[in-house]
Amino acid sequence: MKVISAENISKRYIIDHQRSQKSSSLRDVVSNTFEQLFNKNSKVADFKEKEEFWALQDVNFEINQGDRIGIVGHNGAGKSTLLKILSRITDPTTGQVTINGRVASLLEVGTGFHPELTGRENIFLNGAILGMGKPEIKKSFDAIVDFAGVEKFLDTPVKRYSSGMYVRLGFAIAAHLDPEILIIDEVLAVGDAEFQKKCLGKMRDVSESGRTLLFVSHNLTAIQALCNKSFYFEKGRLIDQGETTHIVSTYLSRVSQKQLERHWDEIDQAPGNQDIRVKSFRLLPEYVDNLLHIDVRTPMKLQFEFWNLIEDANLNLSLHLYSYTGECIFNLGTQSQAFAKGIVTGALEIPGHFLNDGSYNISIMVVKDTSEVIYNMEDALSFDIEDYRENVSWYGKWPGYIRPQLNFTLKQTESILND
Amino acid sequence: MAKFIANILFIKYLKKANNYKLIAVSYLQSITMSYKTTIKAGGSEKDYWKDLWINRQLLWILSKRDISVRYKQTLLGIGWSVIRPLMTMLVMAFVFSFVAKLKGDPGIPYPLMILGGLTIWSFFSNSFSQISNSVVINSNLVSKVYFPRLLMPLSAFSVGFIDFLISLSLYIGLSFYYSYPPSVNIIFLPLFVGLTFICSLGFGLFFAVINVRFRDIGQLIPFLVQVGMYMCPIAYSSRLVEGKWFYKYYLLNPVVGIIDGFKWCLLGEKAYFDPSSLYSTIIVSIVVLFMSLMYFRKKENTFVDHI
Repeated sequence: MKVISAENISKRYIIDHQRSQKSSSLRDVVSNTFEQLFNKNSKVADFKEKEEFWALQDVNFEINQGDRIGIVGHNGAGKSTLLKILSRITDPTTGQVTINGRVASLLEVGTGFHPELTGRENIFLNGAILGMGKPEIKKSFDAIVDFAGVEKFLDTPVKRYSSGMYVRLGFAIAAHLDPEILIIDEVLAVGDAEFQKKCLGKMRDVSESGRTLLFVSHNLTAIQALCNKSFYFEKGRLIDQGETTHIVSTYLSRVSQKQLERHWDEIDQAPGNQDIRVKSFRLLPEYVDNLLHIDVRTPMKLQFEFWNLIEDANLNLSLHLYSYTGECIFNLGTQSQAFAKGIVTGALEIPGHFLNDGSYNISIMVVKDTSEVIYNMEDALSFDIEDYRENVSWYGKWPGYIRPQLNFTLKQTESILND
Repeated sequence: MAKFIANILFIKYLKKANNYKLIAVSYLQSITMSYKTTIKAGGSEKDYWKDLWINRQLLWILSKRDISVRYKQTLLGIGWSVIRPLMTMLVMAFVFSFVAKLKGDPGIPYPLMILGGLTIWSFFSNSFSQISNSVVINSNLVSKVYFPRLLMPLSAFSVGFIDFLISLSLYIGLSFYYSYPPSVNIIFLPLFVGLTFICSLGFGLFFAVINVRFRDIGQLIPFLVQVGMYMCPIAYSSRLVEGKWFYKYYLLNPVVGIIDGFKWCLLGEKAYFDPSSLYSTIIVSIVVLFMSLMYFRKKENTFVDHI
């Protein structure tokens, strides 16, 4: 049975270049209008320039009952706009959506919580805002309190809650909604690992009970685990839909081609100085499973070519690998060696099952006589490593910078015999 | 489908039987059964009032929220609802009777007249300003969850209404102190309270919509309320204006009829009340409410884009 069908939905926003402020004031509108009336070619005309921005364009899809849809795409691809339209917060500019069933959408945790009200009062308030009836809330009240773990603070105003408690309470209420269609936007970005686990477990229950789920997240592991189908949005268009594994892989292959190769053919235009010019930097992944993205299993080869312009130079390379947050994960140096004028090539292999998932960048230095840095290139290459897990039912962020496969075992060494 | 038709037939039958309560119940059932929603540009017109009815509980809860939040973390709490009108009345009674030497209607204790006018005026002005700000104040809801937007202005009445009831009891208490108990006209009181609802909702809705786009309204409202207070017969009696060349323009103000009528309910025949002023009150209030409602309905789907 079809529960949601969307035909040609588009959403247009008019971007005001008039001012950067969010709400223009009446005075400005009046004065600008007057100024325009009197001097037509004044600067004000530029101010008034308006630009159309299509947050969504010609989106068509159908969702069947029981489908668990993951929605992936970059920031600004239109994912949230779609959810807003489906939850009736905003109207599409064109097109039509038909929904069969009760929708609960969770675009934010604890929507409408009032800081001055107690936890108890806020459960009723938030429940009503999310569309629960009073008897429904009363029925699941204990379960909500239990899930959130806030028994002790039920009669404390939520403004005194820790941010963790606040989020837990918010999610707990939403988790006890009983809609036919559940829409969730990136809620898992908050809360600690343990709570995220709890949330995902709850969402799993929802999805397994035959209800329809729409889920936007940047946590691809969670999407892969929860959703059977996925939509891929880019620049407001639904460019691909289908099996989650397929969609996630397409998405990743587009995302992670960050800066895997850079090369310069002309020596004069290449970055460098009178001693050293860069010819090329390359990262060559050996993709596994015919996927087109790098994940934690993928071995990689790195190659650095330079034009060496000094005769008889004693050179070595020094490489730094940085995490996204700027932490240096390792620093490696090659042997120092004498080179003639010409091309020198450095190579490094990073094995699979070594780095954890995340974004990395590499900077490279050319060092003369093991002491003098004659050339340094920050951000020479950058790449993303995606997560990959097998036989695990936990989807939170895997901690640590490296994720080596070491020989870590557990076995029965003694058993208690039952007579 | 058959069920649906049966439902309609059932409703028709019940309509004949004039059993409105049952109609409401079966109507609700018919919508909870299907939950079919169509989303398109311009919103779904026909479901609007249905949605409003389904969400009536949210109206109640939002109202309750506003009331219970009102005096949180204050020492005197609800006492403020008594102190404020009382202090305002004392100040006005002092300034206008001793300093400005204004006279009220003959035979009526001046403080009582002021408190009577003040009671209904505060209800009007509180409701009006709360409604004007209602959408902006609830912007966190507007941008994150769907519900009929009209619930926000409607729930904005709650706080003002509680204050009104307190102020009214204060008046009644004070009227016995002055040995000038409310007249029998008090049975018409609900009429004027109802008119205040309509009038403040009409004007408030209009400003609520503009406020979303232009926050200037937030600055304008207190000023309007202040000016309005002097344009309405609170500290003085309309008797002072009667016969002046601008009297007919004065009566165009729909609140004049409401305040005079309200004072007439409480103070009896000695209070000045020109029943013809109710024409303008009723016509202006209803026309404004109708137009504001249309304006609100037209704009409410774009609130989220501007808020």
